[in-house]
Amino acid sequence: MTIELRIDDAIVTAEQGDTIRDVAARHGVEIPTLCWAANLTPVNVCRLCVVEVEGSRPLVPACSRPVEADMVVSTNSHRVRTSRRMVLELLASSVDLDRAEPELLDQIEEYGARPERFAAGATKHAPVKQQDELYVRDYQRCVLCYKCVEACGDDAQHTFAISVAGRGFDAHISTEFDTALPDSACVYCGNCIAVCPTGALTPLTEFVRREAGEWRPDQQSVTRTVCAFCGVGCNLDLHVQDGEVVKVTSPADHDITQGNLCIKGRFGWQHLR
Amino acid sequence: MFGAGGGTSSYREIEDADVIVLWGSNAREAHPIFFHHVLAGLRKGASMYVVDPRRTASAAFADVWLGLDVGSDIALANGVAREIIAAGLVDREFIDAATDGFDELVTAVEPWTLDRTAAITGLPQLQIRDFAHAIGGARRLQLCWTLGITEHITAVDNVFALINLALLTGNVGRWGSGLVPLRGQNNVQGGGDMGAIPARLPGFADLTDASERAPFERMWQAAVPSRPGLHLSQMFEAMHSGSLRALWVIGENPADSEADGEHARAALGALDILVVQDLYLTRTAAMADVVFPAAAGWAETDGTVTNSERRVQRVRAAVAPPGQARDDLAIVFDLAAAFGHDWGAPNAETVWNEVRSLSRNHAGMSYQRLDTLGGLQWPCLDDDDLGAPFLHGRLWARPIEGPRAPLQCVEWQPPADALDEHFPLRLTTGRVLDGYNTGVQTARFPSPIRSGATLDLAAATAMRYAVDDGEVVRVVSRRGAIPMTVRIVESLPPDLAFTTFHFPEIADVNRLTADAWDPKSGTAEFKATAIRLESIDADTQGGRA
Repeated sequence: MTIELRIDDAIVTAEQGDTIRDVAARHGVEIPTLCWAANLTPVNVCRLCVVEVEGSRPLVPACSRPVEADMVVSTNSHRVRTSRRMVLELLASSVDLDRAEPELLDQIEEYGARPERFAAGATKHAPVKQQDELYVRDYQRCVLCYKCVEACGDDAQHTFAISVAGRGFDAHISTEFDTALPDSACVYCGNCIAVCPTGALTPLTEFVRREAGEWRPDQQSVTRTVCAFCGVGCNLDLHVQDGEVVKVTSPADHDITQGNLCIKGRFGWQHLR
Repeated sequence: MFGAGGGTSSYREIEDADVIVLWGSNAREAHPIFFHHVLAGLRKGASMYVVDPRRTASAAFADVWLGLDVGSDIALANGVAREIIAAGLVDREFIDAATDGFDELVTAVEPWTLDRTAAITGLPQLQIRDFAHAIGGARRLQLCWTLGITEHITAVDNVFALINLALLTGNVGRWGSGLVPLRGQNNVQGGGDMGAIPARLPGFADLTDASERAPFERMWQAAVPSRPGLHLSQMFEAMHSGSLRALWVIGENPADSEADGEHARAALGALDILVVQDLYLTRTAAMADVVFPAAAGWAETDGTVTNSERRVQRVRAAVAPPGQARDDLAIVFDLAAAFGHDWGAPNAETVWNEVRSLSRNHAGMSYQRLDTLGGLQWPCLDDDDLGAPFLHGRLWARPIEGPRAPLQCVEWQPPADALDEHFPLRLTTGRVLDGYNTGVQTARFPSPIRSGATLDLAAATAMRYAVDDGEVVRVVSRRGAIPMTVRIVESLPPDLAFTTFHFPEIADVNRLTADAWDPKSGTAEFKATAIRLESIDADTQGGRA
């Protein structure tokens, strides 16, 4: 059923069941997100997408709140901007975001976030975990967006190798009983790496280049091709730097993969010299 | 199927199925991203039946695992067909309007009572009955299979037996209903579509039909041989008999991958000339007189591949091949030049456009359309055609369009390599998640879940034959013997052994397998080898006999 609502200055139409974020995006109103992704079920934990809805006392997460007829939504009010700025400041003051996706770093600038206001506050400390030759997990960079948990679980992979353990500031991503990754249920599809927005999860090959100062995304080209390791036809985006493949991803909007791959698709390229 | 050599459905359809059957397919490991679509279907409420001698990672997601005996697939399918007929679950309207051979099938499957089917398959009668009623009651059935069906001496008959079940219940030619053979390589489908099978030309044209050959002869200005060539198994027989003296192998490693490997390598060794074109110096390449180093098709060359839903997609060169390695096309063109034929400059798009001019199914698939539409599913007849998500909708027109779909009477026969007192154990082979074929490529990335080629056994089997987890035993078949490390697993029934074939340098599994092959498809029976276990050294192994 089609309904009408107001988003900022415009009356827009929407379908029942759409979220505020869906409708806003369709009408060119961008709402920042961190824990939302098109191929994952919203978990609304990051609170970056909050908007003001007339009649609602608290701000509401646009990623998961369904629209209602005659709703009045403000996506960029002073209250909304203050809240987003605060969220960004708290995250950036406790977690190392220097390898986060560019959109997140842009938002810190856009909202005038000053993480240094909380410089004396608690920060995440965890040793870098490298327990095999494929993954690096650097949880000092983790904002607990749950995307990896969702991708490993019932939004894609159904392996359920990881979850959030602990409480409060000590909450963290963990395997079952905190076992080493090679001993866990992990099947190394890398679908967690694919959705991580902060660089907490990276392929070892990327991590090594980054540590060496040899990771240069601005000099990388991306070529789309098809994986060779079975007959499904998963699309691969080959990220090439200095004439070498340095990373493989899959397009999140492709109807075969929805951005997901298996261990062969995501890491099998390493047989190329 | 019914004259079209491809699966009938799109992956997306399995998300809308109400009954999913994986028969001889461990898609969770062998086709992991297809399995994501299966999972989406399960989450929407579909029930799933996995038919496999092993309790695989796929079976772990099933409502019911049917752990039949290796090679009893036709027995099960015929038994299920009989039960569907006996219980009145046949789609009579569809059978009458769109198929041939129903009465003959009724007669053929009549002996396959639940009692007899249970005896041959090793499954409980009630499970067979429930399975038949699930298929018979399905509104949208997706019936998927892989090499568990086709690596048998009855490969083609196995497929016919499964097609019968879909036809009996009207589960083909509609969205959500269909037959899905999952292909093992990124271009198995495309290779067949392009005529890389003995009796076909590109577009599945019949080589033996002069009118179908004519357009190719006009295009190529040359006579096309009217006699079908040899399939792989026949080629090896011809090598043994000496009638095939020269072999050019492109991107295949038969020295490791052929059944009865010693026999196969002897054939390769006896050739006058062996030319191998590959990415790596494989075991086959090491035997060659001439090796052409080739580029990696999926990352270093341009072209197209066709997937298991008949979707043609572009592969694109992202990096230059190393050293002297070259695009396959350039190598072929240069060889043509050496034989005195100037084919011009090698260009993948030019070759593709020639395919489009000769194959009606591909006519509408320009590179530009493949690029902008993210691939197209054949048939795609012209530039306005968006391709076919599913095939055989014509069977639901009344009257139907085109020929009727035939039901095929097929008889079960046991695997060629029979079990007896000397070879009492059944060995079956298959892929694991992080491996691909003979490991030429997948052995070259550091997989943390790589297990190597172990001889997997149930604990009960290990106990019966007095072997331990981790023990190295001699595995003996009627062809040869190799040492293997025993691993005890929970996924196997008693008296069934399993191993992968991804690590021929660790365990040369194909020294064991039999080269008995299906006379219709030429596929060897990799899935059913008779073996026994021998202690390697009775003294160091604690005196076990």
